[in-house]
Amino acid sequence: MTQAADSAHEGSELISFRIGEQEFCVDIMAVREIRGWTPATPVPHSQRFVKGVINLRGAVLPVVDLADRLGIGVAEESARHVIIVAQIRDRIVGLLVDAVCDILSTAEHKIQRTPDLAGDPMQNFIRGLITLEGRMISLIDLDLILDQTRAEAA
Amino acid sequence: MAEDPMEAIRATFFIECDELLAQLEEGLLAMEQGDTDPETINSVFRAVHSVKGGAGAFGLDPLVRFSHVFETLLDQIRSGKVEPSEAIVAALLRAADMLADHVTAARGGAAADEARSSQIGEALMALTAGGSPEAIEPESAEIEGLAFKPLTITLDGPSDLEATDFAPIPFAAPFAAPPVEAGWVISFRPHDALYAKANDSALVLRELTGLCDEGLGQATVTFDDSALPGLEAMEPREAYLAWTIRLPGSVAEDDIREAFAFVDEDCDLDIAREGVEGSPTMDSSGSDEIAAFDISALIQPPIEAEPPPLDLLGSLLAQAQEPPPAAAPAPPPKPVAAADPAPKADAAAPGAPQAAVPQTIRVDLDRVDRLINLVGEMVINQAMLAQRVMESGAGKAADVNLALAELELLTRGIQDSVMAIRAQPVKSVFQRMPRLVREVAEATGKRVRLVTEGEGTEVDKTVVERLSDPITHMIRNAIDHGLETPAEREANGKSGEGVVRLTAAHRSGRIVIEVADDGKGVDRPRVKAKAIENGLIAPDAQLSDEEIDNLIFAPGFSTASAVSDISGRGVGMDVVKRSVQALGGRISIISTPGQGSRFSLSLPLTLAVLDGMVVTVGKQTLVAPLTAIIESLRPRPGEVRPLGPNQRVLQIRDEYVPLIDTGAALGFGPSALSPSEGVVLLVESEAGRVALMVDHIQGQRQVVIKSLETNYQATEGVAAATILGDGRVALILDIDGLVATHRRGAPKTDSSTSQSPIPMALAG
Repeated sequence: MTQAADSAHEGSELISFRIGEQEFCVDIMAVREIRGWTPATPVPHSQRFVKGVINLRGAVLPVVDLADRLGIGVAEESARHVIIVAQIRDRIVGLLVDAVCDILSTAEHKIQRTPDLAGDPMQNFIRGLITLEGRMISLIDLDLILDQTRAEAA
Repeated sequence: MAEDPMEAIRATFFIECDELLAQLEEGLLAMEQGDTDPETINSVFRAVHSVKGGAGAFGLDPLVRFSHVFETLLDQIRSGKVEPSEAIVAALLRAADMLADHVTAARGGAAADEARSSQIGEALMALTAGGSPEAIEPESAEIEGLAFKPLTITLDGPSDLEATDFAPIPFAAPFAAPPVEAGWVISFRPHDALYAKANDSALVLRELTGLCDEGLGQATVTFDDSALPGLEAMEPREAYLAWTIRLPGSVAEDDIREAFAFVDEDCDLDIAREGVEGSPTMDSSGSDEIAAFDISALIQPPIEAEPPPLDLLGSLLAQAQEPPPAAAPAPPPKPVAAADPAPKADAAAPGAPQAAVPQTIRVDLDRVDRLINLVGEMVINQAMLAQRVMESGAGKAADVNLALAELELLTRGIQDSVMAIRAQPVKSVFQRMPRLVREVAEATGKRVRLVTEGEGTEVDKTVVERLSDPITHMIRNAIDHGLETPAEREANGKSGEGVVRLTAAHRSGRIVIEVADDGKGVDRPRVKAKAIENGLIAPDAQLSDEEIDNLIFAPGFSTASAVSDISGRGVGMDVVKRSVQALGGRISIISTPGQGSRFSLSLPLTLAVLDGMVVTVGKQTLVAPLTAIIESLRPRPGEVRPLGPNQRVLQIRDEYVPLIDTGAALGFGPSALSPSEGVVLLVESEAGRVALMVDHIQGQRQVVIKSLETNYQATEGVAAATILGDGRVALILDIDGLVATHRRGAPKTDSSTSQSPIPMALAG
């Protein structure tokens, strides 16, 4: 774990994680906990990227395969995967990712706008890019992930 | 976040307003049915009076003004000056609705319709005998009023009205002059426990009399040994003695209470002002402590005629209270206490008889929910433990088995009790309906009588809360579309007044709510024509009567343009159906042309637990609600027959029922087993009996329902989820949804994309 270089700056704390060869991050305030992989119970008629539902101490929450959601492939579920339990507005959702990497903090002005990439579905969910020690980390807007989930489910 | 204490009191006031308004409406409806019992009229009066009192304390002027006019008329009815005729009760009901609007407005909701308010107010005044409300302020009101006046903490405006109340008592006048504060009369009867706890009544008495040492006057202690048996029968441990202590009025009540601070649980204690306030100039706070029934009770025991004038006043009052029935209704303590936002009132009347009134407490819903969640976890844990014990083989030992069985019993018992905390009679919802009926009847020019039955039927709070919308819809529809106009009805040989019947009952573990009317029933030709026009069914479709009736639940049938042209039903019934389904319920309609329609809602009693059959389908474990299952069987070869290109039916005795491959219907892929290898559940669905094919039955179990929607979304064919003993999530089947999916042909990916010419309602 490497601490972010500019943690002294004011700004939001982020949790970064890896899906395939790409690195992403979400606001740490949204993250409730990080769990090891547990098999999810599939739910009929759900979108492909919804792996199913799991039990989190009595609450039933859906697990979204982020790779599938972002259009970068489908996770071959295995015990090595990690579920990031995130609160998105009034809902709690599990995000299936390959591995959690880092906690970092960044200032708002350091977030670059996503370059316009024609026809890339992932753009819909990315709020911006952060460069850190030569790594490019995409900041995911969780609200958008949920909104789309809802819209497509309706 | 610091909470404004005033805001909290205000919030309490509004909660109580709701209760009072419900009480008011209930009383008025009873009066409408011809109930002229003084207690009914009194409770109506008290409700309005308490709203007024509280409103005054919070300076809610429009509310005070309106309730005052309302109260004045009610008081006249109470005292027999105005006969509660049908017209008057109707006016009162309108006024009650208006009062509710004023309360809503005061609470910060939609502003009350001022024009309508003053119109109703004037109507009330016109009905009041003898002109202006001030002139006819009730002469007996203060006796009754005193018991619940503690509301009037900072009463300014209304208090001068109250002050004039006093004048009509003729015998009060001679004693009105001396502005002496009435003395205290304390009746003190220790219980055995007082002495058992090493307390001593003598110390208490000494402290009390000590209160007067500061030159405040004389204390008188009267000793009552009437309970003392003869020496031979005396039991040394028992308490036989009682005292009546009179203290000067100048002693502070708090000091008196302090003297009893350690013993007040172990004695009958009654602290009251002697007589009623002696002067009309006395501030209203002084009168707070006087509860009318306390006075009469206190006058009875033989006590010294210490201060003669006051005592005389007391006995006169006691007499005065006895003969005229209007003046002496013992105010039942319960509604009074409930009507009082200030907890102070309870302290002021500790002697209030607590008789057979069930004691209740108000609990934050969050706490109950937390408890329910914990119990839910415990049930899961218990199931988990039982499973583990069985797996380990330890369950074979008889004592382990017995202990497990007992634990299960206990868990169930706790769960039932916790659930019962949330159980509420459906009354709270039913009570809102008379107003709706009046309004819709007025708007449509129809005459309607609402009959309700089974108001006491209890359901979990979450269910009660969500009943309101569908019932409102159904009743509005019943009047608007079901009932004919009075003229039409009479032309058809019916009474001009239509009847809408709202009933609730428990039926086999569910609650069934029915809304029935005696109107014209569904106009089938028009409904069918409309459905063809809207493209819901093919023009040449052959539908049974039942199918046509069910069309009104179809989405798209109730578009705005359709509302006005359809003489049948259909406004928002698809919405009703959806909200009922969301509750795990189903809705059906039975209609007879010319005789009316009956909508029937069947809902689970609670949204928290369910008796289920745990089954395996493919690799998945699913739970089927036990209430839907008629039987399970293993079909013999030859009992399953193909029908058409890809359907199968199961022969059960002489009946053929559709056979549904559960896995395929849920999109999990068709079952690998042939029907005769698996098991079939014969279930009752909205569409009749169907057979569900599953691979195995694991057993019967009570499961805790966990919402799938909280974090995810509603899913067709799935009612909810639960957590099994191994900690994994299992889905609970929604049989009706499953059948509907099957009938449409299992959707490939997204249910919303499959468009079928036959609406879901037909299947459902």
